[in-house]
Amino acid sequence: MKKFILAVLAMLPMLAIAAGPSLPLDKANNDLSDKASLKRGFEAYINNCLACHELKYQRYNRTFADLGISDADGMANYMYTGEKVGDHITNTMPAKEAAKWFGTAPPDLTLAARFRSPDWIYTYLRSFYVDESRPFGVNNKVFKDVGMPHVLQNLQGVRTMDEDGNLSEATGGTMTAEEYDEFARDLTNFLEYTGEPNKLERESLGYWVIGFLFILLFFAYLLKKEYWRDVH
Amino acid sequence: MFSNLMAWIEQRLPLMDAMNKHAAQYPAPKNFNFWYVFGILASVVLVNQLLTGIWLTMNYEPSGEGAFASVEYIMRDVDYGWLLRYMHSTGASAFFIVVYLHMFRGMMYGSYQKPRELLWLFGMLIFLVLMAEAFMGYLLPWGNMSYWGAQVIISIFGAIPIIGDDLTLWIRGDYVISGATLNRFFALHVIALPLVLVVLVFLHILALHEVGSNNPDGTDIKKPKGSVAPEEQSKFTFHEQYTKKYDIVDAIPFHPYYTVKDLVAVVIFLILFCAVMFFAPEGGGYFIEAPNFEPANGLKTPEHIAPVWYFGPFYTILRIVPDKLLGAIAMFGAIVALFMLPWCDRGVVKSLRYRCTAHTVNLIQFAICFIILGILGTLPATPLNNMIGTIATFGYFGFFVAIWIYSKNEKTKPVPERVTG
Amino acid sequence: MSNAPVNNGRRRFLTAATSVVGGVGVVGVAVPFIGSWNPSARAKAAGAPVEINVSKIEPGQLIRAEWRGKPVYVVRRTEEIIAGLSTHDGQLKDPQSEVPQQPDYAKNEYRSIKPEFLVALGVCTHLGCAPTHHKGDFDQHVDGVKDGFFCPCHGSKFDMAGRVFQSVPAPTNLMIPEHSFPTEDTLLIGVAGGEA
Repeated sequence: MKKFILAVLAMLPMLAIAAGPSLPLDKANNDLSDKASLKRGFEAYINNCLACHELKYQRYNRTFADLGISDADGMANYMYTGEKVGDHITNTMPAKEAAKWFGTAPPDLTLAARFRSPDWIYTYLRSFYVDESRPFGVNNKVFKDVGMPHVLQNLQGVRTMDEDGNLSEATGGTMTAEEYDEFARDLTNFLEYTGEPNKLERESLGYWVIGFLFILLFFAYLLKKEYWRDVH
Repeated sequence: MFSNLMAWIEQRLPLMDAMNKHAAQYPAPKNFNFWYVFGILASVVLVNQLLTGIWLTMNYEPSGEGAFASVEYIMRDVDYGWLLRYMHSTGASAFFIVVYLHMFRGMMYGSYQKPRELLWLFGMLIFLVLMAEAFMGYLLPWGNMSYWGAQVIISIFGAIPIIGDDLTLWIRGDYVISGATLNRFFALHVIALPLVLVVLVFLHILALHEVGSNNPDGTDIKKPKGSVAPEEQSKFTFHEQYTKKYDIVDAIPFHPYYTVKDLVAVVIFLILFCAVMFFAPEGGGYFIEAPNFEPANGLKTPEHIAPVWYFGPFYTILRIVPDKLLGAIAMFGAIVALFMLPWCDRGVVKSLRYRCTAHTVNLIQFAICFIILGILGTLPATPLNNMIGTIATFGYFGFFVAIWIYSKNEKTKPVPERVTG
Repeated sequence: MSNAPVNNGRRRFLTAATSVVGGVGVVGVAVPFIGSWNPSARAKAAGAPVEINVSKIEPGQLIRAEWRGKPVYVVRRTEEIIAGLSTHDGQLKDPQSEVPQQPDYAKNEYRSIKPEFLVALGVCTHLGCAPTHHKGDFDQHVDGVKDGFFCPCHGSKFDMAGRVFQSVPAPTNLMIPEHSFPTEDTLLIGVAGGEA
C-alpha cells in the first residue's frame, strides 16, 4: 500500500500543468512587523490614496493600536475630517459621480493585498508609464488600461515604455528611484496589514497551539502504546 | 447514592448499555490500519463545522447588502472571530479531504460489498448532502467567486429539457443570483442540511454497528456460534448482542483500544489542520480563493472561474462534454456510479490484498484519474486540458465497467480464515 | 495476551496525564467561543466616551445624552439647588452614598466632580424606567423639596443629587457613570478622572 501512495505522489508533479501565463511581479519584500514602515505607509495612504480609495472595513483606532500610535496622536496627525476615533477609514467621495469621472468607481482597498497580492501592489505602484492614448495620459504595465491617473507622478517622475516593454525614467520626480521604491514598499506593507490585521497574531498563536498539540501527542502516543501491549 | 441514580436512569433508558454496545464492548477487528482513521476524523471535522458554524451565524448577516461586510466584521471586529471563521473555512476543505480518503478506504477493502451495501449508500448520501452543504455555504461570504461559482453551478440545472430555465429561476428566486438566493441558501446551509447530515451520520454509524466493521483483510471476525474453540476466541468481553449469535475472533473492544489509537490520529490530524489554518488559511488560494476578497458583482466576472477544489473532479467531467445536457448527465452519472458500486462489483473477495491484479491496477488508475480530474477542475479549459480531462473521464467511468467485467469470474488469492498482522 | 504483566500504575498515570493535557486543550478551544461574545470593536466604537460642551447648558436645565445606549442626565444645578441638597438628608435612604452607585471621586455630598454639574444615568434603579425631571414643582411628591426626579412607573423619587427617598420601591441612588472634565467646558462621559 505504501508503494501505491508513493506511486500516486510521484505522479503529481507531472500533473502540475502550468496555470496559464502570469506577468512577472517584483518582490515587495515588505515586513509586517516593521511598525515604522507601516506608519509611513499609513501616512502615505492618508495623504495620497484616501481621497479616492476608502478602507471601509478598517477602523482608525484599530490601526492606531496595531501601529503603536496613541489615540490622541492619531486623531491629531492622521484624521482630518472630524470622524470619531472608532470610525472606519472612509472618504466622502460620491461613488456615482466617481464612476463618471474615472469610468469606474475607485475600489475599496482594505482587502486589495488579499485580492491581488502584496507583490502585485508593489509592482503596480512602480509600473505607470506615459501613454497619450489614455484619458489621464498614463497606462500601467500590470493593470492594462487602468482608469486611474498616476497620482504619485510628482514623486516618482515621468516614465516611458520602449518597444520591448521596459520602463525608463524620462523626467525625475522629487524622490530618487530608491526612495520611491521604499515609499511603494511601505504603502504595500500597510495594505497587506489592512488586508488581515490579525496576521501576526494568527501566526504567533499558531506556534503555541501546535506546540501544545505536540505535547498532547506525546502523552496520547505513550497511552496508546501502553494499552496496545494487550493486543497480539 | 450516585449508583442508585444511575440504576434508576438505566432502568428507564439503558444509556450505559448503549455505550457498551457501541464502544466499550463493541468488537472491532484488531488489524485496522492507517486508512481506518478517516471516519473518526470526519466526525471531528463535523463537530468543528457545527460549532464554528453556529458561532458564525451569531455575527453573520444573510443579506445581499450586508453579507460581505459582516464577514469582514467577523474577521476584524469580533474577538477571535477570525479564528472561528478560519476554523470553518479550513474545516470545509478538511472535510472533503478526509471524506474522499474514507471513501477510498471503502473501495480498497471492499467495505461496500455485501452485507455493507446500505452502509455504503448512507455514506454516499452523506457525501451528496455534504456537497450541497459546501456549495451553499460557499455563497454566503458573498464574494465575487461565491457569486459566479453559484451562477455557474445553478446554470447546470438549466440543461434539463423543458423545465430547465424555470427551474433555475425558481432556485434563484430572482433573474440573477441575488439577496433572495443568498437568504434561502443561508437557511438551508445552517438549518436544513446540517439536520439531515446529522441524522444520516447517525444512521451510517447504526448501520455500521449492525453489520460490524470490515477490515483490511476483508475476513469476517464473527464466526458461526460454536464453530471456534474457546481458546481461539477473543479474550475480551463483548456485548451479548454480538456474542449470543457468533463466536468472535481477532477482535478488541473499541474502547479503550481504538479510542486511544484514534486519539493519536486526531491529534496528528489537528497538527496538520492547525498548520494550514494558522499559517496558510487561504490554502494557497484553493481553500479561500483570491477573487472572493472582492464583493459579489453581477457585472464583473472573475478572470478565471474555478469551483472550490473539492468539486474539481465532477466539474471537469461536466466541462469536457461538449453538450450542456450531456455534460450535466455525465456529472450526475459520475456520482450515481459511486452509488451503484456495490452492484457493479460482482466479486466475493473484499480486500484488494486477495483480489486479482487487474483490480489493483483498476483502483490505482481510478485514483489517478480522480486526482487529475480534480486538478483540471481548478485550471482553465485549454484544449490540452480538455484532452487530458477526456482521457481521465474515460478512466473514471472505465473503473466501474471494468470491475463489473472482471469481478464475475475473478481469479483471487486464497483469503485467510483469520486476520493477518 | 501480553507476556509482561499489565503495569496498572503506568496506565493510570498516562490516562491521567493525557486527560489533563486534553482538558487544557478543551479549555483552550473554548476560549475563542467564549471570547467572541465580548463586545466587538463595533460595539466598543458605538459605546465610546461621549463629549458634551457644558458651557451651553442654562442654570437649572437638564440635557439628555446617550452613552452606551442609555440616557445620561446632565443637570447644571443652581446655587439654590446646591444649597438645598443638605436640607432633606433625614428623608433619604442613603444620604452619604455608602452604596457604591458612583465612582469614588463622586462620593461626596453633591455626588459629582463639580457641585454645579450632576451627571447621572437616567435609569431608575427599581426596574429601569426613565425618571422625569421636576423643576420647581417636586414638592407635590416630597414636601419642601422643590426639585427632583420622579419615576412615573412605580413612583420612585430622587433628589437633585440622584439620591433616593425613603418609602419608594427603588433600592439605591441613581448610578453616576464614570466621567471627567478634560477642559473647563467639556464633559467626557465614560472616561474616569477628576476635574481638569
